[in-house]
Amino acid sequence: MPSSTTDPGNSSPVRATRSRGLHGWRGFAFVVPYLALLILFGILPVLYALKLAFTKESGAWAGLQNFTHTATDYRFKPALVHVLLYTSVWLTLLILFVVTLALLLHGRASRASSTFRFLYYLPGALAGAASVLVWLFMLDPSVSPGSFLVHHVLRADLFVESIAPGKLPFIFAMIAFWTGAGGWVVVMYGALNTIPQELDDAARIDGAGPLTLALRVKLPLIRKWVAYMTILSFATGTQLFVEPQLVNQASLGMVPDTWSSNQLGYQLAFRYADFNSAAAISVDLLAIGLLGAVVIITRTGLFKADD
Amino acid sequence: MALLLRGLRLAVLVAFAIFFVAPMVWLVLAPTKSDRDLVSRGPFTFGSFHNVALAWQHLNAFSDHIFLTWIGNSLVYAVSATAIVLVTAIPAGYALALGSFPGRRLVLTTTLVVMIMPAAALVLPIFLELNALHLIGSVFSVILPFSFFPFGVNLAYIYYSTAIPRELLDAARVDGCGEWATFWHIALPLAKPVVALVLFFSFVSDWNNFFLPYTVLGDSKQYPIQVGLSTLLSSTPAFNPATGGGGQQVGIFRPELAIATLLAVVPVAIVFMLSQRALVRGLVGGGVKE
Repeated sequence: MPSSTTDPGNSSPVRATRSRGLHGWRGFAFVVPYLALLILFGILPVLYALKLAFTKESGAWAGLQNFTHTATDYRFKPALVHVLLYTSVWLTLLILFVVTLALLLHGRASRASSTFRFLYYLPGALAGAASVLVWLFMLDPSVSPGSFLVHHVLRADLFVESIAPGKLPFIFAMIAFWTGAGGWVVVMYGALNTIPQELDDAARIDGAGPLTLALRVKLPLIRKWVAYMTILSFATGTQLFVEPQLVNQASLGMVPDTWSSNQLGYQLAFRYADFNSAAAISVDLLAIGLLGAVVIITRTGLFKADD
Repeated sequence: MALLLRGLRLAVLVAFAIFFVAPMVWLVLAPTKSDRDLVSRGPFTFGSFHNVALAWQHLNAFSDHIFLTWIGNSLVYAVSATAIVLVTAIPAGYALALGSFPGRRLVLTTTLVVMIMPAAALVLPIFLELNALHLIGSVFSVILPFSFFPFGVNLAYIYYSTAIPRELLDAARVDGCGEWATFWHIALPLAKPVVALVLFFSFVSDWNNFFLPYTVLGDSKQYPIQVGLSTLLSSTPAFNPATGGGGQQVGIFRPELAIATLLAVVPVAIVFMLSQRALVRGLVGGGVKE
């Protein structure tokens, strides 16, 4: 800050205002309305889910019973396998192609580069149910513009064959990539732009070609953003709900309504009114989300809780 | 060799552009064709505006104009929740950045953790809590959880801790302004860019949310458009052959479903296109969750 506080002529009014300002209750008052929401919808739900997860319906202490009970449910393991398979396919696509596209676009800044970024980023507007509906059309061989690919890559002649359970982790990964990858390309491109030009020039003078430059100089410098994307996407991927829920409706029950872990938790609460088991599953998923957040904050150095 | 590499680079970029854009182009053209045309004609051909009008009539007639009710619900939920977000998050970010009070660090850290955690992880716990409080089925069970938006607090916090000179606020205090007056007359007008950013992010995340309203609302008249789309999907015979009378009674076929999807994303798509630059700054400045 240019107006330094060490200026002796300035120091007395600054000291005079110390007793005022946002200290103690006066500062706290500004936070109270938000704090109420944070407690009601951020902290209390977690505590209540924990309480339910460790107690029986009667309210008696249950220990780990709800966790072992849900983990041995015949639907638990398939749901977990689906979600992990989906997440690993999605993460592979993201890391591989987002980094490749960002590096390709950054190689030569031009108007074309910004047009490409905009086109990649556009599907982000179709999040949630809308993106799933678009892809159900794309997977219907009778109307899809890519019916050739649907026939030959997915080996499907009918819509129901496109969404056969074994293909779903790959299809959901593609939908998630379609909606989210462009945003990440833009972020990575932005991060690449923070690389000082001198570094670029120095490497060029040393005889580095565009490929060496991309892999040896640029890639290491955006590593923490790649780490952030990976951890965040892993945590988000495990929570999958909308996609399988809609596909279940469009498949006449061929795809189970407990395809993902979050769906299983939902069904336990809604169909069986077994809130304790539902809470146990939601605590499992919360733990993954929480772990992801803590790793991002403590390891990537991208967020500071205080300065 | 260099020419070959440049050609390869361009080929990869164009191939991905087609992958990202083709489905959207198809969606825009779909309502211009009848259900039969969609199957028989080329996927990227234009039908007629008459078909668009027809598709809209069928969609609008579905279940006693419920489509417009869903759009209206989405607007009510997203606008009122975003209003609460602005009223709560901006002052909170302000005090967290420039104040000092017991518990400040704890609030900051908790905000950061909840912000980075996937939103879906909290839906079942929130449902269980609202269920215990007998609030399920009320519109407040959507609006109030939507109003909790830690990302907005973080954006305001970052802005106030980096972009506002403390001396300016101290000057106002010396001039006799109280804390609220200082915030209202000095700090808030200075934060217009961040207010716009919070408004945008909050609105978009509320508009696109499916899981929470799907879980806490029971009556289809209360659904926001995202959940409404899932009802329409179940009524489309191409995707759900069990639909009674092959869909004849409800009149929802693929063109109707396509126009519904298109209308559902129009508000977000417009803001999205207009605000790419501001968005990117928000993304790079504070990270965002999907």
